[in-house]
Amino acid sequence: MRLSEHRYKTISSIAGPLLRVRDIFNARTGEVVTIVTPDEKKLDGEVLEIVEDTVLIQVFAETRGLDIEKSTVIFTDRFRDALLSPDIIGRIFNGSFKPIDDLPMFAPEKKSPITGFAINPAARAKPEEFIETGISVIDGLNTLVKGQKLPVFSCSGLPSKEVVASILKNSRLVSSPDEPSGNRTTSESKEFIIVFSALGLTFRDYSYYLSVLKNMKSRFIAFVNMADEPAIERILTPRFALTTAEYLAFEKGMDVLVVITDMTNYCDALREISTAREELPGRRGYPGFMYSDLASLYERAGRIRGIKGSLTMIPVVTMPEDDITHPIPDLTGYITEGQIVLSRELHQKGIFPPIDVLPSLSRLMQKGIGAGHTREDHRKVAHGLYKYYAKGRDLRKLESIIGKEGMPQKDRVLLDFAEEFEQEFIHQGLSRRSVNETLDRGISLMKQFNLNL
Amino acid sequence: MNHEWSIRIPRPYRKKISPREPLITGQRAIDFLFSIAKGGIAIFPGGFGTGKTILEQSIAKFADVDIVVYVGCGERGNEMAEMIEEFELLNDPWTQSRLMKRTILVINTSNMPVAAREASIYTAVTIAEYYRDMGYHVILLADSISRWAEALREISSSLEEMPGEEGYPTYLSSRLSGFIERAGVVETYSGTVGSLTMVLSVSPPGGDFTEPVTQSCLRTTGTFLMLDTSLAHKRHFPAINWFQSYSLYADELSGHYKEHVAPEWETAQVRCREILQKEEALREVVEIVGIEGIQDEDRLMLHTAERLRTEFLSQNAYTEDAFSSLEQTFSAIKGILDFYNNAEKQLKDGVPISEILVEKKPVHAKQKTSEGS
Ligand SMILES: Nc1ncnc2c1ncn2[C@@H]1O[C@H](COP(=O)(O)OP(=O)(O)OP(=O)(O)O)[C@@H](O)[C@H]1O
Ligand SMILES: [Mg+2]
Repeated sequence: MRLSEHRYKTISSIAGPLLRVRDIFNARTGEVVTIVTPDEKKLDGEVLEIVEDTVLIQVFAETRGLDIEKSTVIFTDRFRDALLSPDIIGRIFNGSFKPIDDLPMFAPEKKSPITGFAINPAARAKPEEFIETGISVIDGLNTLVKGQKLPVFSCSGLPSKEVVASILKNSRLVSSPDEPSGNRTTSESKEFIIVFSALGLTFRDYSYYLSVLKNMKSRFIAFVNMADEPAIERILTPRFALTTAEYLAFEKGMDVLVVITDMTNYCDALREISTAREELPGRRGYPGFMYSDLASLYERAGRIRGIKGSLTMIPVVTMPEDDITHPIPDLTGYITEGQIVLSRELHQKGIFPPIDVLPSLSRLMQKGIGAGHTREDHRKVAHGLYKYYAKGRDLRKLESIIGKEGMPQKDRVLLDFAEEFEQEFIHQGLSRRSVNETLDRGISLMKQFNLNL
Repeated sequence: MNHEWSIRIPRPYRKKISPREPLITGQRAIDFLFSIAKGGIAIFPGGFGTGKTILEQSIAKFADVDIVVYVGCGERGNEMAEMIEEFELLNDPWTQSRLMKRTILVINTSNMPVAAREASIYTAVTIAEYYRDMGYHVILLADSISRWAEALREISSSLEEMPGEEGYPTYLSSRLSGFIERAGVVETYSGTVGSLTMVLSVSPPGGDFTEPVTQSCLRTTGTFLMLDTSLAHKRHFPAINWFQSYSLYADELSGHYKEHVAPEWETAQVRCREILQKEEALREVVEIVGIEGIQDEDRLMLHTAERLRTEFLSQNAYTEDAFSSLEQTFSAIKGILDFYNNAEKQLKDGVPISEILVEKKPVHAKQKTSEGS
């Protein structure tokens, strides 16, 4: 600790978002710095690396045109904190945590470093409480539970924002529908607090989301970095959002749902920094530390034993070139607890939400369904639907070769079932279905084709 | 009895002995087709969601060993929370005592420091050796060794060392084999025999097995279980690809199975492989002409192969079927093969195929209605 600011005018070089400053005394990694330009503009930055007395600074703003000789770098002796208070609910901020809703900054109750603290795995409570999203494919076959991180894998041009909006609008915490209705007083639509983090969003998408958020019953907080704002700020934005979410979940006992979109823009910002540092690039130019970095965001979801709240996370990933093996979806899939995969083919068939059941998965589903969670027959129904649909899908290849007429009756039934499953079960437009309706619909579909459970 | 030992230094023993005994995992696909030896090494690479963690944890629950050391290396916190809770509740099938009583967890989740991640597998192996030295059979499971390698890469890169393939330090392979070499059956200095088996999962980027970590592991492993994304998408678990996987311990261990389980163990194995292989070849034909277009013998074979896949090689970790003793495993395979032999005879005797398939199929007795955990 130096207990004071230090000012330097010794910037030696600029490379993209990085500055090198010489002759620095006692800086610390992660320390917040302010760069003051000759015309008194203030840029925000952070110490990335210290080699002897030279310091590498990451600037969260446009550095082009920065005057090396006349600008001052102030080392603030502070780490980057998020300001916290229950009053934050309902507010909208930019990617650097400045209000953009024409209201003054709230009075903070406390500050917390935006890197958060890794939750001790032994202190975690295992996620098992069912969240009803109102979407049949999710509730029925890829069930989401409180404290889970479940990303949406999309492709460019697919309606990921409509899918996310539908989840936001319709998600409810419900107690088991098996319970006699007398006990269901607490179940009545417990609402989430939504924390929305936009990364590199176009104005059009942003307006869409904002109108969705504003028309919801749930209360929300938004952190917005737009497409034309510095890419590098995207490193900070989700961290402000998550620090806020953790505070509300683990200190104020709220159930928080965090939506981050689009993680692909986040990763591109990471790559930009890594390139500017002249690091040896990993796969497709993305840095070798991307797994750890993504984990430092995604792993902040969860529940803690003895604490009421929860942090559930839905990141959106747009898969470059529709490629699920691209490092961004790949590393995401390695960290998150499953994935909801959107499909071009279903979208072209006019099916909404166009969720492809086969590559989609919720790894925490088994814990959150069945008697006491959803319904006793949930596993059986899910298993049957999945099995018959997978078989039907498999048979489509054969159908395209030998034609449906050449196929045995049994196979033709499965083909028809797959078709009907897409139209009647996956497709639901904007309607909301309770998990009961979802399961009943699945059962009657199988009955219709004489397929036994 | 406490003492300190530097985790980077292998603990000494009098001599190494070559593995002779199988390590029973309770997984039919492994125990029957790709067995692991006590003191041996198994690796299973697989893309995300192919079932590495479930397989690691199943083996941790059911293996016939005295001590289990499990390293959660750079993976999920929720997964670990679940495991801790479950191991406090469940019993191991061999001694019926709480799983946690024989288990040691070393945890470094993906959001914890990479330096600790790099060290975690050494901490674990040293603990494992400590018990081995007392003459116990110990298993070390690590999920996933790729996260260790990546930690090594991050550290190496921050030291500005010369990078090798895909940015990994050039010493990746030698470090890895140095670690893996700590497995084995040994005669300890107190004259007892102890074993340390390693079961390591690998998370290849993009599910591409040509990457350096998988390749380095391949050089030293005895059992190689390739987890297949397409099987996982079909919800065939454990998603062990039966063509690409192998076990180098098969010869050493076959005597044991013949003596302790069934004399026909090996012949059944050969038969099982044969059917699966023929199915593969036939499937291409069926894709062109359709199932009606092939001969009855072949239809029967396809039917048998399907039973092998769905009733024998698959094992749902959330059901009673999660653990299968060697006897159960053998009687399951015998049941299917006997059915096949009989049905072949009936076909020759002129019984129509439709009748055989309807009658003899013990209508998915295995498919339990409740998959309840
Ligand atoms: N033996 C099994 N029985 C039933 N389901 C299984 C089995 N193995 C895997 N699964 C299913 O597959 C999902 C993914 O498994 P798991 O978490 O073990 O994958 P993984 O290979 O460890 O993935 P990652 O590399 O991302 O950690 C599980 O949540 C479960 O739904
Ligand atoms: Mg795993």
